[in-house]
Amino acid sequence: MSTETPRPADTAETAETVTDSAPATQTMAGSDFSADTRTQTVSTAIDGYVVKLRSGDLGALPAIFGLIVLIILFYSLRPETFLSKFNLANLLVQALPVTILAMGLVFVLLLGEIDLSAGVASGACAAVMAKLMVDSGVNWALAVLAAAATGLAIGLLIGALVAIIRIPSFVVTLALFLGLQGIALKLIGEGGTVPIHDKVIYALANKYMDVWLGWTLAVVSALVYAGIQLLRWQRQNAKGLSRRPIALVLVQVALVAVALLGGAYVLNLNRARTPLAPFFGGVPWGVPLVAVLLILCTFVLGRTSYGRHLYAVGGNAEAARRAGINVTRLRMSVFMICSVLAAVSGIVAASRLNSVTPDAGAGNTLLYAVGAAVIGGTSLFGGKGKARDAILGGLVIAIIDNGLGLLGAKAYLNYLITGGFLLLAASIDALARRRRSATGR
Amino acid sequence: MSENGTPALELVGINKSFGAVHVLHDVDLAVYPGQVTALIGDNGAGKSTLIKSIAGIYPVDSGRILFEGNEVHIGSPKDAADLGIEIVYQDLALADNLDIAQNMFLGRERKRGIVLDEASMEQAARDTLARLSVRTVSSVRQLVASLSGGQRQTVAIAKAVLWESKVVVLDEPTAALGVAQTRQVLDLVRRLAETGHGVVLVSHNMNDVFEVADRITTLYLGRVAADVKRSDVTHSQVVELMTMGRSGDLGLAPATAAESI
Repeated sequence: MSTETPRPADTAETAETVTDSAPATQTMAGSDFSADTRTQTVSTAIDGYVVKLRSGDLGALPAIFGLIVLIILFYSLRPETFLSKFNLANLLVQALPVTILAMGLVFVLLLGEIDLSAGVASGACAAVMAKLMVDSGVNWALAVLAAAATGLAIGLLIGALVAIIRIPSFVVTLALFLGLQGIALKLIGEGGTVPIHDKVIYALANKYMDVWLGWTLAVVSALVYAGIQLLRWQRQNAKGLSRRPIALVLVQVALVAVALLGGAYVLNLNRARTPLAPFFGGVPWGVPLVAVLLILCTFVLGRTSYGRHLYAVGGNAEAARRAGINVTRLRMSVFMICSVLAAVSGIVAASRLNSVTPDAGAGNTLLYAVGAAVIGGTSLFGGKGKARDAILGGLVIAIIDNGLGLLGAKAYLNYLITGGFLLLAASIDALARRRRSATGR
Repeated sequence: MSENGTPALELVGINKSFGAVHVLHDVDLAVYPGQVTALIGDNGAGKSTLIKSIAGIYPVDSGRILFEGNEVHIGSPKDAADLGIEIVYQDLALADNLDIAQNMFLGRERKRGIVLDEASMEQAARDTLARLSVRTVSSVRQLVASLSGGQRQTVAIAKAVLWESKVVVLDEPTAALGVAQTRQVLDLVRRLAETGHGVVLVSHNMNDVFEVADRITTLYLGRVAADVKRSDVTHSQVVELMTMGRSGDLGLAPATAAESI
């Protein structure tokens, strides 16, 4: 804005006359909400995106870049196995537990808190479920509910200690990291294993949908996604609200559709080892479970006032408090959500391994999940993150795990590389944040 | 008092002590709709305590608060907000990671069912900024982190206006701003008054005060030294009132002014 536009006559007052001669040193390109009313073109949108990247708001870019690099790397090292249809299905199932756990952690990380006990909480909840089913013959649905209730109770305890007593979440959850392992050990017994015989639980990670059902779900999801995106754009356009160029919306819809249908195609290929064997293939049952969780979490974070308040508290807790937001209650709630999702993750992991052991969810489980969230683009400093980060990051982590397995890498190497990746992601996060504050974004 | 009409907010004989320290002595303050009342005073004069009493953060020890002529009790920030008193604090209460519209509606989001009504909030935010003739932001979907200090102050003030508030208290709104940005904010303060709000401007800056204020209330060591029309006083008189509690015929009686020290 180089010159002041004339002001309406009715506001011409003493103060106004001074204004017109004052230097206008605005850095913003437009005024009068020009960016809102003018339809963005693709090129201005791309310019805007480049500015966003330069100022340190990387979004999903590092995760997508990492995915591509890792896929090329492992494909060139193990061309015959890595991208085979057997391995792709296996890879997805491998990614399920870590993805679900990471999705829960996104909520905690949004407030700038951490839950180090989420991994062992998933093990303890799975132990509760398995013990109930095996020892007491409880129906699977009730056992799952009990596991979720256990998660809720754990989350409530963490939340109360962090939000009300105000112990740093790092300390509280480190204590629970130890304590919950003790509980799992007590429940299952040293060296013990509780097998999973229940058909429904077993099916989560070991059974596949019928081909027609997989295709139907993929096509319906793609159509619904396209419908939602286009309807929203149309409504924004009609009301003259700020919106993205329609071309970008179409590209995004097309990419999602290709991913969904491509995934359905690969997973519905016949994976039977011999031509004469009966058909073996389909989408793992755990995939729609993660899809439902993704939709639910995305909705809560993006479309409800609860989600909006989470971002606000993560961005500026004092501002949120002054705006009348109950920060204590929000802080408690994220730990409860995280622990319940940890329970779900534990159930899926138990299904994948057909059993629960006392060390379920210990070891590198939590490291993987935090890594997944951060690699996906969730900030460790709070206020920035999306549910989809867990999916992208979970895939990256699963590919590393899976690819190193195919290479026959030693366990020590696996730990070193995964730890290195977490540090790399955290460094990108910290540097991007520094960049953001330097460029005032 | 020479003004006509009922003050939007009137404080009568407010006293406030913190322990043995008597911070406010029988303070009277009147805020008229459509006017900017400057509240000035040296450090420690009691400005902050007074606005925190209006905001409901500190309960007063004695004295009456009248809102549009009716006696009210302000016991919490929520009471103040319910009456239509909005305070814009010096350290802006905005979240950097949210955009302008999201910040303006923070804590009071419009919803349809459980879903946020983004369209109506975006439009209302833009309408409010347009009503205040804010021309310095290009989009209400900009993140607050990308705004300059003046723009942030503008958003914070517009946020207060959005809520049909009748009295807006601005705590040192130009303290951290450059020349051009101060200009923008002072214009906005004027427009707030023109749109019928009663505005309290807490400030140290004589230039700002003389530019936008209709009335000047000077606090001196917890007492009102003078409550005058801007046109009736000069710069140097106000500075004397601020620093010594009296200036010629104006101000506290010599004995009172001396006793306070």
